[in-house]
Amino acid sequence: MAFVIVLVVVAIAVFVISAPLRAHRDHRRQEDPEAARVAELEFARDAKYREIRDAELDLRTGKLSPEDYGAIDRTLRAEAIEIMRALEASPAPHEE
Amino acid sequence: MAVVGRSLLILGLCACLYGIGASIYGARGGGRVWVDSGRRAMYVLAGMTLFAFVILDVAFITSDFSYNIVATGSSTTTPTFYRAAAIWATQQGSLLLWVLLLSSWSSLALFLTRRRIPEIVPYAQAVLFALCTFFTGLNVLFANPFATSANPPAEGAGLDPLLRHTTMMIHPPMLYSGYTLLLVPFAFAVGALISGRLSAEWIQVTRRFALAAWLCLGIGILLGARWSYTELGWGGYWAWDPVENAALMPWLCVTAYIHSIMIQEKRGMLKVWNISLILTTGTLAIVGTFLVRSGILSSIHAFVSDPTLNISFVGLISVMVIGSLYLVIWRKDSLKTDARLDSLISREAVFLFQNLLLVALTAVIFWITFFPLISEAITGTEVSVGPPAFRPFVVPLAILVVLLSGIGPIIAWRRVTVAKLRRSLTFPAVVALAVLAVLLAFGSIGPHVFALLMFGAGAFVIAAVAQEFYRGVRARRAMTSESPPVALGRLVRRNRRRYGGYIVHAGVAFALIGVAASTSFQDSRTATIRPGQSVMIHGYKVRYVRATASATAQKLSFGAVLNVTSGGHHVTTLTTSYGLYPSQDPTQGPIGRFFNGSAESRVGLRAGLTQDIWAVINPNITPLQGLIQKGNAVLQKALTNALAQPPAARAQALNQLYQLRDIAIEKLTGRFVTNPWPATFLLIVSPLVTWLWLGAIMAAIGGLIALWPLPPPRRRRPALRQRRRELAPEPEVRARELV
Repeated sequence: MAFVIVLVVVAIAVFVISAPLRAHRDHRRQEDPEAARVAELEFARDAKYREIRDAELDLRTGKLSPEDYGAIDRTLRAEAIEIMRALEASPAPHEE
Repeated sequence: MAVVGRSLLILGLCACLYGIGASIYGARGGGRVWVDSGRRAMYVLAGMTLFAFVILDVAFITSDFSYNIVATGSSTTTPTFYRAAAIWATQQGSLLLWVLLLSSWSSLALFLTRRRIPEIVPYAQAVLFALCTFFTGLNVLFANPFATSANPPAEGAGLDPLLRHTTMMIHPPMLYSGYTLLLVPFAFAVGALISGRLSAEWIQVTRRFALAAWLCLGIGILLGARWSYTELGWGGYWAWDPVENAALMPWLCVTAYIHSIMIQEKRGMLKVWNISLILTTGTLAIVGTFLVRSGILSSIHAFVSDPTLNISFVGLISVMVIGSLYLVIWRKDSLKTDARLDSLISREAVFLFQNLLLVALTAVIFWITFFPLISEAITGTEVSVGPPAFRPFVVPLAILVVLLSGIGPIIAWRRVTVAKLRRSLTFPAVVALAVLAVLLAFGSIGPHVFALLMFGAGAFVIAAVAQEFYRGVRARRAMTSESPPVALGRLVRRNRRRYGGYIVHAGVAFALIGVAASTSFQDSRTATIRPGQSVMIHGYKVRYVRATASATAQKLSFGAVLNVTSGGHHVTTLTTSYGLYPSQDPTQGPIGRFFNGSAESRVGLRAGLTQDIWAVINPNITPLQGLIQKGNAVLQKALTNALAQPPAARAQALNQLYQLRDIAIEKLTGRFVTNPWPATFLLIVSPLVTWLWLGAIMAAIGGLIALWPLPPPRRRRPALRQRRRELAPEPEVRARELV
């Protein structure tokens, strides 16, 4: 009985693990390096969005003066624009 | 089923080795399919380990003593709940739980990142497999949980009575979850270093794992403290025991990490610091696991020392330390950043200072914890250190950390004008000063200056957090005209990370106020009194009303009922007991073994918001010893005679003798009630202990809020932005519409 259970477990394990290798895909296909760069930029852009929102919340909760907020907001938006430009300059990543 | 269990472990080890190979081959040019296949090997490992764990747990529940660890770690008299959990009270079973948790969290992490950071994931996957290989290898080679015996005993040795406590059954899985969750960001940090992709993306991907590790470790530490307070009978909750410190050190480091990664996410700064911090934290998680298992430092929590395991762990820790150092030095140029602090009056500056303090705190605890080993290595003599060695260093650092946890929330990122800072600081500072003034005027602070400072710092934090919530709700109401509760709910919901964090800060402040008060202003005394006699403590009159005793098949219990009054008014009635579990040692005699087994204490506790009254009995059963010896001799002789009878009559004779034995034990136990022998009591009155538990619950709730995923509408936003991006012609136009 134990032998049968172990055999079934081995069969399931081999089936699950080998599934990607059995699929009709190019085994040698690598990640598109440009896609990684785009993902990185998108991550940076989202982080910048969060930072802009945080600065606005800091203004509304009285932690920042309007002058400080203005300066910070300008800097952050300039940084966001820079990231967006870089994103637009990147070729679209290859679809899978 | 033992064969199946062992086979599963061996197959799991094979899956680990395949996973390492497939992940590295996939990363080095073999293609993504190999990485995908490797990831699936992790799912398989988790499944196999779960199957093995279930087999073993069923053996514990059904008291199958053919398994060696069931025979040594459980018994038929152990309650079912504790039998199900006794698996991790053994070295082998706890290692299996480690593999189960590590493979499960790794599976989750790899599933969530299956389409993200593809350069980092294969290496992180290989590191997670390597760690799984180590622990599965230990289970297969040196600590086999499925070892069986051809001649199993009729009864097991039973679970250590001290571990028969609900919190103690949840405490180890929480700690192990914390340790294993920490290894996820550790593995991704290694992956980021190897692949050279060192932006903050891997941090963002694994942030929740770090936060979950912080939460699980924190809950585990607190459950351990609660167990110590209510079960160990010494009246405290933290003894600076090496194993306690082993859990505290990674918790402190991951606390620093959770804060410092925000600086990297926002400013791109502190790359070297963050990556070094998580590599240290991951290594400390393994050091913690090693300390529990090695017995190299004396601890009540440690398993029996095993030299083979010790060597293996030292090897793993060495590889982790040397490997981490090498990788950071190798990538030092890529880790450099041009960003600088805009101002020393900014949240990032406060976080940085707080990080330094937390790391200093960890270093101090590490040094003192390992000082006995260091002193032995240098002088040949092991110097023992206790709580007094920690306090002069830990307490001032902790006060500063608490103070900064109040300044952090009220200060903005990047820079703040002094006028704004002054305005934000006014309310918390006034509250803190008012608390200090009231305590100095009306409290008996005496020499406890540090406690006073902690009260002030804690009040500052709580006021700062309250102010932040008030300001946030006010700002939201100004925009939306929502009612205050709705505005509060939506404010927290939309800014979970920020406001969850604030709740954690307030919870930690409450908890540390409780710690400062209960350790500095505790009143304790030991008294030996007879029933009817009284003793005074902290203005309370504690009267020993009567003795209690009970005898069951599982344990003998000797206790007391205490009446506590103040100024003639009844305050509370406390019941405390001392339990004795039967020893399996035959030399104790057939009756004596019931009175000389493992012991546990049940504490009499009246917990209040301002004060705890705590009592524990240490009964004197010496007057019973003469009768026990006599009973041993008589019963032993009768048992010998019964065993000499023919088989048909033997069973009946033995049955009668066991019934007589039980009656004798009941009578002997009853003498504790009928004779007014004096008993020794440890009585403690501690202020604000409840604040520690409530503060910890509050911090856990805050942690859960910060951990909880964002609601669906916000998660869909990137897709909407993508659409807007396609529609809007210029980045400048879109940037104006960001908020």
